[in-house]
Amino acid sequence: MSEKLTIVVHSGDMDKIYSTLIIANGALSMGMEASLYFTFWGLQRLQKGGLEKGSLSKMHMLGIGKSMMKQRMNKANVASLERLMKDFKELGGKIIACEMTMEIMGIKKEDLREDLITEYGAVGTYIQEARESTINLFI
Amino acid sequence: MSKIKVDCCGETCPIPLIKTRKAIREASPGDIIEVRGTHQASKKEIPMAVKALGLKLIDVKEEGGEWTIIIQR
Repeated sequence: MSEKLTIVVHSGDMDKIYSTLIIANGALSMGMEASLYFTFWGLQRLQKGGLEKGSLSKMHMLGIGKSMMKQRMNKANVASLERLMKDFKELGGKIIACEMTMEIMGIKKEDLREDLITEYGAVGTYIQEARESTINLFI
Repeated sequence: MSKIKVDCCGETCPIPLIKTRKAIREASPGDIIEVRGTHQASKKEIPMAVKALGLKLIDVKEEGGEWTIIIQR
């Protein structure tokens, strides 16, 4: 069995979703397995049309900071979150959606990007993933 | 045995790694993969990935800020 990375994606902030997808793609590229557990604000990014909607965790300034960051990222040729997500799935990455968050926030399966989600689960599913992981992060 | 070329010039983290990984997945055992790029950290990190994947690193060279890494699956 190959080594594995697990990340709890709690934040929905744009920059933190970037960190998540960059680390996860790095792990897959270097021969590890990767599982992302989307919960709370992170899960909102899996809503249809939601992936790029997160605000900046610092200096968002009602969106001015975010658009400045976007401009700089474009200039540096940084890939979009959509592309990183596509690569993540293509390389065999797994996505778990937190069912409790869905219940609390009134999110239905049809509101989510079902094409991206591998499975729906609760803490037990996450623990089963994490206990066999060599890298485990909370973002 | 075929040769697969991967162009990562102008691409930044983590795209060169991802593109290399995808090419390795598509390659058959024995195939040669030639990756070209300009992102400096990747010049160091692609060989790390090659090692982690248990593949053979044939060559790493650089000329005028553009590197070429040759891998054998």
